[in-house]
Amino acid sequence: MNISNSTELICFIILSTIVVCGGIGVVLLENIVYSAFLLGGVFMSVAGLYLLLNASFVAAAQVLVYVGAVNVLILFAIMLVNKKEEMNEVKGLKLRKFLSGFVCIGLLILIIRVNITTAWPLPGPKSIGEESTIRIGEHLFTDYLLPFELASVLLLMAMIGAIVLARRDVYFENENISPSNNIIKQSKTPLIADKSSN
Amino acid sequence: MNSGLDLELSFNQAMQGFGISSDIAHILWLPLPMLLVLIAAVVGVLVTVWLERKISAAAQQRIGPEYAGALGILQPMADGLKLLVKEDIIPARADGLLFTLGPILVLVPVILSWLIVPFGQNLLISNVGIGIFLWIALSSIQPIGLLMSGYASNNKYSLLGGLRAAAQSISYEIPLALSVLAVVMMSNSLSTVDIVAQQNNAGFLSWNVWRQPVGFVIFWICALAECERLPFDLPEAEEELVAGYQTEYAGMKFALFYLAGYINLVLSALLVSVLYLGGWGFPIPVNLLASWIGQSPDSALIQVFTGAAGIVMTILKAYLLVFLAILLRWTTPRVRIDQLLDLGWKFLLPISLVNLLVTACLKLAFPIAFGG
Repeated sequence: MNISNSTELICFIILSTIVVCGGIGVVLLENIVYSAFLLGGVFMSVAGLYLLLNASFVAAAQVLVYVGAVNVLILFAIMLVNKKEEMNEVKGLKLRKFLSGFVCIGLLILIIRVNITTAWPLPGPKSIGEESTIRIGEHLFTDYLLPFELASVLLLMAMIGAIVLARRDVYFENENISPSNNIIKQSKTPLIADKSSN
Repeated sequence: MNSGLDLELSFNQAMQGFGISSDIAHILWLPLPMLLVLIAAVVGVLVTVWLERKISAAAQQRIGPEYAGALGILQPMADGLKLLVKEDIIPARADGLLFTLGPILVLVPVILSWLIVPFGQNLLISNVGIGIFLWIALSSIQPIGLLMSGYASNNKYSLLGGLRAAAQSISYEIPLALSVLAVVMMSNSLSTVDIVAQQNNAGFLSWNVWRQPVGFVIFWICALAECERLPFDLPEAEEELVAGYQTEYAGMKFALFYLAGYINLVLSALLVSVLYLGGWGFPIPVNLLASWIGQSPDSALIQVFTGAAGIVMTILKAYLLVFLAILLRWTTPRVRIDQLLDLGWKFLLPISLVNLLVTACLKLAFPIAFGG
């Protein structure tokens, strides 16, 4: 075993430990802010695993999309609504926890079984390294064009939905939102207040 | 492609001359450029801080620092030393772990991004294929550090500052990436070395700034916004938020934020010069100069000159941009948060999309001029 191989092995062990322990931590931690930050760490180590597989473009995209966009948005949402109040008691919480834990362990056993029984081709396919950016582009514009476009239409729909929900004052004229019934404060939303006054 | 000086190869051969194997020599080589770039980044920050103090003084008709060294040139060192020995305070009800981790998460991606800054054909740490995309990905980690320190300080101004910083950085990332994409489209590569090499055919006439004037302006505005410099320093607007997410920080942790800000400024200036101003390229092609004085471009003397001129040119261009940024900081008023978000989303984003589209059309129409 030469130097580069052993470095790779050490990196793999460290990264996968972070992914597994971090993932468990995200689910089990009581403080939701810690969970969100830990999720960012898990995403970063997944990007590290991609790097080990010589897929640098995918790794950078993983950091950009999951850490830079998804995780930051999750943190935003948590911090904007982070009220410290007691949650309502949920009926049968212990049973629910037991059931979901049971399902998760079942899935884990299934995956381990698939992993053991499948005859993986060793050594795996040769990595294409730097060329991967070109290949990904080619695939996105030829055989994966339809799924790619469908995904972007889905995202567009989600975006329009979010805008409609956020701007109820513009899109739902007849809805009974006015400062008089205490749903909104006049000083904070002058647009709606104007409309309801005349 | 691999012309010019290759220091690693020479180092490797020299080490093998001492009877050390090639593998070991490679491992010995690895930390050297990293250390060098780290030192370069820190020295760059010291120079920038001194420039900032001197230029702000000139803008306000003061003298500025003058007792620490000639012309106050040692003042940034004195500042740094002071921060180093200051007491490290963690507020009583703050979250100690996240409070410490925040500044680190802000600084580390910025320093990592220096990986891709080329000072010459072979004078960079690593010519990674995804080059400039790596920088965009790394700079998207920073908002997490800002949110973390804003949240952990347990202070409403810090939290507001952190949220503002993250919002600003997300909204300006998009036009920034789109204007980079237009350049990448012209040079057919994400690698910073290829992007510079593609601009150096005809001296300063072939720089990207002539072909991408709109992209240049968009990139510069977005880079200033990413560095949180005035006119876009809303996350730390002192009249509104005390000092934003830095409010509760003192000593070395504050210094980390300070350092990250200035390293980011120098890095942005370097990247503007790489993407739009020809990077290490001399305004007149060196080969042409060599032929005027009757030297072969491959001779050792010319090679050394090219390497030296490359480093000087990159730094000169970057520091001209830093000077511009400092002038902007001390002469422009701050925008409001709604103006800032309007500018990002309603103006820069559509313009950069149009710029990308026009570049694509021009690339198809004039493949010679636009790298078809």
